[in-house]
Amino acid sequence: MKLHLKKMIARPKIIIYLGIIFVLLFLPRILSTFNLILFEYGLTFAIAALGFNLLLGYTGLLSFGHGAFFAAGAYGVVMIAKYFPELYSMEILIPGALLLSFIISAIFGFLCVRHTKIFFAILALALSMLVYALVFKFYHITGGSDGLYVKIPSMFGITFEGVRRPQFLSGIYYYFLLCIFVLSFIIMKGIVNSPFGKALQAIRDNEVRAELIGIRVRRYRLYIFIISGMFTGLGGALWSFINGHVTPDISHWVFSGEIVYMTLLGGFAIFEGPIIGAMIFTFLKLYAMGSTVYWMFIMGITLIILVLLLPTGIAGGFKSLTDIIKNKKFFSGEAYDVNR
Amino acid sequence: MWPIYILNGLYFAAFMFLISLGLNIILGVMGILNLAHGSLYAIGAFTAAWAIVALGKGASITFIYLSLISGAVLAAFFGLFMEYFLIRPLYKRALEYQLLVTFGALLLLEDVMKMIWGGEAYYASRPFDILGKIHILGNPYPAYFLFVMIAALFIGILLWVFMAKTKVGTMLRAISLDREMATALGLDIHKLGTFAFVLGAALAGLAGALVVPTTPALLGFGMEPLILAFIVVVVGGLGSLKGALVGSLIVGQTRSIGIVIFPEIELALLFLIAAVILVAKPEGLFGR
Repeated sequence: MKLHLKKMIARPKIIIYLGIIFVLLFLPRILSTFNLILFEYGLTFAIAALGFNLLLGYTGLLSFGHGAFFAAGAYGVVMIAKYFPELYSMEILIPGALLLSFIISAIFGFLCVRHTKIFFAILALALSMLVYALVFKFYHITGGSDGLYVKIPSMFGITFEGVRRPQFLSGIYYYFLLCIFVLSFIIMKGIVNSPFGKALQAIRDNEVRAELIGIRVRRYRLYIFIISGMFTGLGGALWSFINGHVTPDISHWVFSGEIVYMTLLGGFAIFEGPIIGAMIFTFLKLYAMGSTVYWMFIMGITLIILVLLLPTGIAGGFKSLTDIIKNKKFFSGEAYDVNR
Repeated sequence: MWPIYILNGLYFAAFMFLISLGLNIILGVMGILNLAHGSLYAIGAFTAAWAIVALGKGASITFIYLSLISGAVLAAFFGLFMEYFLIRPLYKRALEYQLLVTFGALLLLEDVMKMIWGGEAYYASRPFDILGKIHILGNPYPAYFLFVMIAALFIGILLWVFMAKTKVGTMLRAISLDREMATALGLDIHKLGTFAFVLGAALAGLAGALVVPTTPALLGFGMEPLILAFIVVVVGGLGSLKGALVGSLIVGQTRSIGIVIFPEIELALLFLIAAVILVAKPEGLFGR
């Protein structure tokens, strides 16, 4: 592909992205190991939340069950570790986790896309709790509430015998994670800007009109449901290596609620919003948990204030601020319409 | 043993009915899915347990049973505050925000309960012990379970009469049928919405209060009933009283019989039945 230098300079966003990635390359030298690992948690949640936002922000479907796909990714990894230990390397684990989240999201999507709005949300929630119930009850397969331990996998022929986890995480795994993150970002951005993505936005804005101009509404919803579930599953798989331990909690609907929380915190009307939301959420939650036993109180109050006062999220608030500075209209485009 | 399993299923259905009734009324009248409904249920449980423990051993029997109502009252107060401060500013917003604000309320209420009642379990089995056991077809069965069934049936009939015969009930039904038309006819949607929310919260609190003599109240107590109430609503259809009744009967019996036959996948079986019903009839059994 030829690089169009003039075009790139004309679109400063790409320069900004490249600048951010450049800074991120040196992050292990800047942050302490503790904060770096926290940042990695944030990156995995960011992939999951970006995937989730394909459904919420671009298709207008609010799923309260994405924890199930996150869990599918994570359990995909530990199941391979348990039953096929000889295949335990990154280049097999990631596709394996994607395959499992594909299967689960295809089944759930088939049932869920028949509905919209509240019914869709309840159904996704109920189905994700089915995954929770199964994972919880089948103790001998999934480890039940104790969960399963995740070993450090080998990557592209390199094995990590005797390497401690923080060392692994702040070394090669960070760059691997960053690569996957950038790749997923580009793919999702591509999906959103493709004709398929535009069709989804048409469905979001007006379902009847979209159907009339020949968009197959239900089928498109199913496709994006599966894509969204797979990206969330990818986030879950990458998360499992950082956490080192997988428990059924991630398939509980409260965790699904946290994914929704992140997305809204960042702002679902802007593509990059969920990334900011996931990062802030990760740091906020950890520091709230560290400082008080009533951390849920803090999270709840933050969420309520956010919904009441800053409905477009942090990225949305920032955008409208820059729009004011640039003397533009306060809210531009339908995507910002909070009364949708 | 089979009559006992079926009676257990009925008992389970009775309190699922109370919870899902509240959820359904709020959903039908206000169009809001209250994710904090389980927390209201837990608040009812904690309050009732607290009241029974506070009354001590010397209290008269009528007093003890009346104290169960305290759960409904306090849950109703929490519901009132929630509606006034959180839901009311969001009436015109999109669905996502309404769901999220109730999710925020859920996180908040969990910790409020932790602040008020601490982390320990509250156990108040006196109402259960007083009634003792009766024999049904030769099997001993706790009379308290029958009491809960009768109470739920009584409340169900009361609510049905209220919805069908009184003026306020008719107005509530009108709103859930066609919100815009009801507004155009001059109904005070906000006031009726508050009423519906408080009513729903009180029902959840009452369900919690009725359950607490049989099982200790713990933190995170409301999570499982909430999910089961969602299944009831999904199976029975949104905003339908009949649906709530039939749905909770299905859930209750499946649960009780499932525990005996397939103890491992009893919950999964429930979801399976729900999925089958939804594929055959996407709007639920009695949905519109």
